Amino acid sequence: MSTIELDAPELASSFGPAVALSCRECGARVPLGPQYVCVECFGPLEIAYDFTAPGRAPITRELIESGPASIWRYAPLLPVPADVASKPNLNPGWTRLVRAENLGRELGLRSLHIKDDSGNPTHSFKDRVVAIALEAARTFGFTTLSCSSTGNLAGAVGAAAARAGLDSCVFIPAGLETGKIVMAGVYEGELIAIDGTYDEVNRFCSELIGDEAGEGWGFVNVNLRPYYAEGSKTLAYEIAEQLGWRLPEQIVIPVASGSQLTKIDKGFKELIALGLVEDAPYRIFGAQADGCSPVAAAFRDGHDVVQPVRPDTIAKSLAIGNPADGPYVLDIARRTGGAVESVSDKEVVEAIRLLARTEGVFAEPAGGVTVGVLRKLVETGKLDPSAETVVINSGDGLKTLDAVAGAGLTATIPPSLAAFRSARS
Amino acid sequence: MAVTVRIPTILRTYTAGSAEVSAQGATLAEVIDDLEANHPGLRARLLDDAGKLRRFVNVYVDDDDVRFSEGLATVTGEGAKLSIIPAVAGGC
Repeated sequence: MSTIELDAPELASSFGPAVALSCRECGARVPLGPQYVCVECFGPLEIAYDFTAPGRAPITRELIESGPASIWRYAPLLPVPADVASKPNLNPGWTRLVRAENLGRELGLRSLHIKDDSGNPTHSFKDRVVAIALEAARTFGFTTLSCSSTGNLAGAVGAAAARAGLDSCVFIPAGLETGKIVMAGVYEGELIAIDGTYDEVNRFCSELIGDEAGEGWGFVNVNLRPYYAEGSKTLAYEIAEQLGWRLPEQIVIPVASGSQLTKIDKGFKELIALGLVEDAPYRIFGAQADGCSPVAAAFRDGHDVVQPVRPDTIAKSLAIGNPADGPYVLDIARRTGGAVESVSDKEVVEAIRLLARTEGVFAEPAGGVTVGVLRKLVETGKLDPSAETVVINSGDGLKTLDAVAGAGLTATIPPSLAAFRSARS
Repeated sequence: MAVTVRIPTILRTYTAGSAEVSAQGATLAEVIDDLEANHPGLRARLLDDAGKLRRFVNVYVDDDDVRFSEGLATVTGEGAKLSIIPAVAGGC
């Protein structure tokens, strides 16, 4: 394992407590830069921190609570400069943690909360990750923000680039939901549909990054991925703070690439290490749709590698057949005593309606997947109904109206009391 | 069989900066052997100590992920186009 120290103080201060990029596979370290793959073993690079370096202010609950009502209250825990909140950005995060008594009662759970990330500026958790990538793009001097996207990320990148005054060029698979296309295109960056699956779009972007056409571009989920992925840690921080500086005993998280789940685990571990929460056990559960469930299948079969699949599900934001963080999701689910489970598209739709009916929260299919898996985990006895449980809703149902197309009018009547009484009898 | 191989940026130090190189081989395994002969060091980046494709390396033969076919035994026909791509992803 080699360690290369930063030799540019100004670069170091641009990334706050971050000190290097570290390979999750072999541990090799390289300086902070727009890299995402280990040159030694091809493993993914992630941010390494030193939160307690000499001269760095101690990170306390009071320091965090005095910060802004956005992810930037956790800036001392992220690879961003201290003044990040003063630069043009969408100020995402600090979304509501809904106490879901009705849904909990219906499912037989003692204590259930929904972390509702549809409340972010572009209505999905992607605003969190893009905000960190945007700041890294600025630091590296990129002038175009780009990504491959299943839809939500496209909108988040378009909006963040517009606000920051950068160009954007976003690639999506052809055939996405109309709502997601419109919500990505309205910011008037370039929006290009590729005739293929998300995995093929991703592959295209990886090739573009090595080509002249992609020079000077910051691909938030490719060459800026180590920074981008850290944004998901803020879900962990917020859940803990909103629970009164406690970790939930159980949490159900959607799994596409698996990044969000691994970063929530990383966030919980950091809070424990810094003494911000009590070191209490927690169980992490991953949720997938049957039509794209390579991680759930590997968990069920006892494998530690994930066999890629070709996705076929209405949960398009989770339709990643070749999940890069899949092996780490398996490790975390097994280490914490959790599980990775999947549900059918029919169960996803039922869960969207269940969540709407019981809590007034309208989730996109990914939220239906987590709630559907939550229900299945309760019914199969894998989840403890007496333990405090949090479920993530990562996006807004308004983007995916087709998923619940059957919902609608109860009746159409003339404007008369008689007709009204008749319609309801 | 003569094939062309698209090289990702991080491996171009082994190909003198070339983004695409020619190679010979009737299967992916043979192509990797040929790459190693002409660009020493590449094999260790693609295969682990057990001789299997590293889990974060994706190889495509004519647009098909070899994990959906025969892995290292995947046939590489005359004129096949291979791509080596690090695994990355989005979504949740």
